[in-house]
Amino acid sequence: MGRKLLTEHINVEGIDTFDVYRKHGGYRSVEKALKTMTPDEVVEEVKKSGLRGRGGAGFPTGMKWSFLAKPEGVPRYLVCNADESEPGTFKDRQLMSKLPHLLIEGMITGSYALGARTSYIYIRGELLYVLRILEKAIAEAYAAGFLGENILGSGYSLDLHVHPGAGAYICGEETALLESLEGKRGNPRNKPPFPAVQGLYARPTVVNNVETIAAVVPIVNEGGDEYAKLGVGKSTGTKLISACGHLNKPGIYEIELGVPVEEFIYSDEYCGGIWKGRDLKAVVAGGSSVPILPKELILKTAAGENRLMTYESLSDGGFITGTMLGSGGFIAMDETTCIVKNTWNFSRFYHHESCGQCSPCREGTGWLEKVLHRLEHGHGSMHDIDLIVSVAKQIEGNTICPLGEAAAWPVAAAVRHFRHEFEWHVTNPKEATAPGAAYRGAAVLA
Amino acid sequence: MEPTTAPTKPQFSPAAQAEIKRLLTHYPEDRSKSALLPILHIAQAEFGGWVSPEVQDLVAETLGIKPIEVYEVSSFYTQYNLKPVGKHVLEICRTGPCMLRGSDELTEHLERITGAKVGGTSPDGTFTLKEVECLAACGFAPIVQVREKYYEQLDTPEAVDAMLNELKSLVHRPILPWEETGLPNSLKNY
Repeated sequence: MGRKLLTEHINVEGIDTFDVYRKHGGYRSVEKALKTMTPDEVVEEVKKSGLRGRGGAGFPTGMKWSFLAKPEGVPRYLVCNADESEPGTFKDRQLMSKLPHLLIEGMITGSYALGARTSYIYIRGELLYVLRILEKAIAEAYAAGFLGENILGSGYSLDLHVHPGAGAYICGEETALLESLEGKRGNPRNKPPFPAVQGLYARPTVVNNVETIAAVVPIVNEGGDEYAKLGVGKSTGTKLISACGHLNKPGIYEIELGVPVEEFIYSDEYCGGIWKGRDLKAVVAGGSSVPILPKELILKTAAGENRLMTYESLSDGGFITGTMLGSGGFIAMDETTCIVKNTWNFSRFYHHESCGQCSPCREGTGWLEKVLHRLEHGHGSMHDIDLIVSVAKQIEGNTICPLGEAAAWPVAAAVRHFRHEFEWHVTNPKEATAPGAAYRGAAVLA
Repeated sequence: MEPTTAPTKPQFSPAAQAEIKRLLTHYPEDRSKSALLPILHIAQAEFGGWVSPEVQDLVAETLGIKPIEVYEVSSFYTQYNLKPVGKHVLEICRTGPCMLRGSDELTEHLERITGAKVGGTSPDGTFTLKEVECLAACGFAPIVQVREKYYEQLDTPEAVDAMLNELKSLVHRPILPWEETGLPNSLKNY
């Protein structure tokens, strides 16, 4: 059983209150940072930890922090991305509602490191009940002197606010999030300038995922080197995995990076195997936008090595035989799942969520949804299968933000590994569109 | 649901005004437009679960911005209802992970027992059905959101009945969206 750095006390009664959280070692990182460290020393510990952005991109957090422009006399901001909306991902909701003070503590320590005097948590609008939990906890932190003027007598002051979105996946993209926080439509911005130079209100800004900011707490408490001892290679520390789909025990698991995928799926410590005694067909390992892999390739790499829950192992084989750890949204599909239907469902999602700014995405996602819909319903042709691959290819790399790639990758991977299943919908439409029908042939593994 | 007489100019209640005043302190003085999304949430809860053009104009006036700045935002975000809705809006998640655990069947079931079609309201005005994309509670699928509450694991008729009975017992609409509605089960029993 691996160490739990974030969720160790998640089941403690009343841990959402300041007093109980404090009794279990809460806010130590704020005391340590403000009283014994310079802001740059905090950034240095985060760099040493090897922490990588937990929202999906996996970019080194310490490096992102060091890019922040610090012109004299200009305010800068730390903004927490709590717009969790990548299908399959639901870890931040749990973390924020059960351990609101952990995020607040991370926000204070992180804001101190970056020199921010006002910080925001941008939470998706559907989670207004979580916003209330956070606001209550923030009020407690103010009352205890951990927020507001002159925190712990250190001379450092910080205000922290929670801001709700209102239903838009695109606002998880950091520049769309900043637009939304400014009261506008969530249209991603052209880059450069990057937020580190011109972010919120055109001021230097760092945007980090909830889990990333929470991880700053154990990193400062124990030191970056200690944190980096957990995990494998460049995948250091622990990661929250949201496990869903056809599993016996879906839920949120904090794993030490490096757990074998097979163990994660089948052991009773984690997901407890596939439901209803069925066989596993495929997994989307890192949220809906990463490539789907058939059972054989998610359990073992093309070279026959055990696949591990790390950034590197999951991406072994590139997009030919590999995938990505992404946000840790782990969606398992049993043998009765129709891959064509699932791909259509995801394409409908991306079409619905495209902000419409870039033509390749606005039009392309619509084409993908429409053509996949006719394939799924038995009206497609063989040409349609190549058509969706071609449309996906033309979206990829041709948009302002990564929603284009997010829409394209799942389609390309589904056709690559499950082409026979798409063809079966063309050649045997009656059989393929019968209720509960699922293709049982072998997947393509190379 | 349609008004029979010319609508009178809507006004925020004192409670809503106090909440708006509090929200405005969160942003720099020259950036009060930042409060647009949260204020639209308040407006929607305050004025019958949707934001009419008149209500949107009130929001624009409150923030000192042009009405178009509100319209372009309200039409972008899916949580704002731009048409009248029933007493309870059931937002059914239809995305992959929920679909794998039976959201299609749940939608059909809800259409059958409420008499509403997706995108519409039941004849008695009690339930509006709305399909939405991922609600970020995939491990507890299938899910329906009603106002601020998530109803999870609605994979049996009994679970659906329990949800509908709870909703029918709620007489009043909330005045502000911040009131307690109780947490989803998954957050109570981690």
